Amino acid sequence: MIANGKLTLMVGTKKGAFFLHENNGQWQLDDPHFLGHVVHHVVLDPRDGQTLLAAASTGHLGPTVFRSTDGGKKWTEAERPPAFPKAPEGEKAPSVLNVFWLAPGHASQKNVWWAGTAPHALFRSEDGGVTWLELAAFRTYLQSLPRADVSFGATPGGAITHSILIDTRQARHMYVSLSGGGIFETHDEGSTWKPLNQGVAMDFLPAGTELPPYGHDPHCVILHPANPDRLYQQNHCGFYRLDRPSERWERIGNNLPKEIGDIGFSVVAHPRDPDMVWMFPMDGTTVWPRTSPGGKPAVYRSKDGGRSWERQDRGLPARGAYWTVLRQAMIGHGDGPVRLTFGTTSGEVWTSPNNGESWSRIAEHLPYIQSVTAAAL
Amino acid sequence: MRIRIPSALRSYTAGAPLVEGRGATLADMLADLDARFPGIRFRIVDEQDRIRPHIRFFAGEALAKTVAQPLGEDDEVMIVCALSGG
Repeated sequence: MIANGKLTLMVGTKKGAFFLHENNGQWQLDDPHFLGHVVHHVVLDPRDGQTLLAAASTGHLGPTVFRSTDGGKKWTEAERPPAFPKAPEGEKAPSVLNVFWLAPGHASQKNVWWAGTAPHALFRSEDGGVTWLELAAFRTYLQSLPRADVSFGATPGGAITHSILIDTRQARHMYVSLSGGGIFETHDEGSTWKPLNQGVAMDFLPAGTELPPYGHDPHCVILHPANPDRLYQQNHCGFYRLDRPSERWERIGNNLPKEIGDIGFSVVAHPRDPDMVWMFPMDGTTVWPRTSPGGKPAVYRSKDGGRSWERQDRGLPARGAYWTVLRQAMIGHGDGPVRLTFGTTSGEVWTSPNNGESWSRIAEHLPYIQSVTAAAL
Repeated sequence: MRIRIPSALRSYTAGAPLVEGRGATLADMLADLDARFPGIRFRIVDEQDRIRPHIRFFAGEALAKTVAQPLGEDDEVMIVCALSGG
């Protein structure tokens, strides 16, 4: 993700995008981009190292995608943002509520991008994000499933399609996740799909219910960059690992301390070590506050694929910090020690340059943070 | 006809608060507007031709409820963003 150039953290918030630049260990905050826009995701194209796409909307204006080829100095709006086909007269059809997730295509497919939207849909661009068309086969498949009306629910922010993952070995092999709806896999770049949710809990169903093959609520799913047969998943109902070709997820969150639990939104993998993974647990008791348990925030790391976990909270507040870290708001990168960074919905950005061993705050007073990504700009 | 542009959309009109337009209906006017200021239509009318929830169009003093609203050559069309929320 990070090549030459100065590290820039790109923070998407409910009121705009904010770029933080590292300079000799100090962090400089730029003036906001798209001030007043709801920015869900700002993503660098790793294939050219310079194209940025930003998914944005406002409370009043419709959703769109902006594009920059100069590190965010100048942005141009997509000529055709993600939008569904116009329905024939008299027929009902959806409209895109927001563009939630942006994902560059496979390394071999220059200029291909994918976008996940609310309501559930996949869009594809073949020109670097200038124009977008829906991958109709995905929505057609979802609508064809029995009980689709009750299986594909919505978060408070909409029914979001996210975690668009592409096998580094094979562009046609992809995973896509729905909140709610579950994880789905394709081997033909989206023409056909099948659910991949065995072993994942659905605590929101009545006790004793036989679990259906879909309708689950993955919050964030990652495909390990160094081992594309390994996936980690932070679900609404626990934290999981999957080693393909198995199709059954293992709840490795059961190995976290019971008083902490394994509820959260985000998950981060070590770039090179498939056994090292981080999660940010949040309180999933009673009415599900989903804030740091006990007001004592910590990151938890596993070095053995989730068999055991260690708490990492050095530098974080010892008490009184009821943080929420959303699914797009925690990242890790680096050629040496992994730099971990997360943003909170209370507008703080924290980073650790040393695999999570110690943390420092590098920004505060920002709007509600929805995403954090990194680039060398 | 004259079209009043709210501040939230003036990034599309190079800052102009008032532009000239034409069209026998609101849909025609929006097509004309979008041809000259690309992207402006989709921010205020969705892909199913539904006026977005916090957007209002007034033709003269009449509220237009759909893009099929007929317009007169001498109408002044006002686009209003109903600002709300935190």
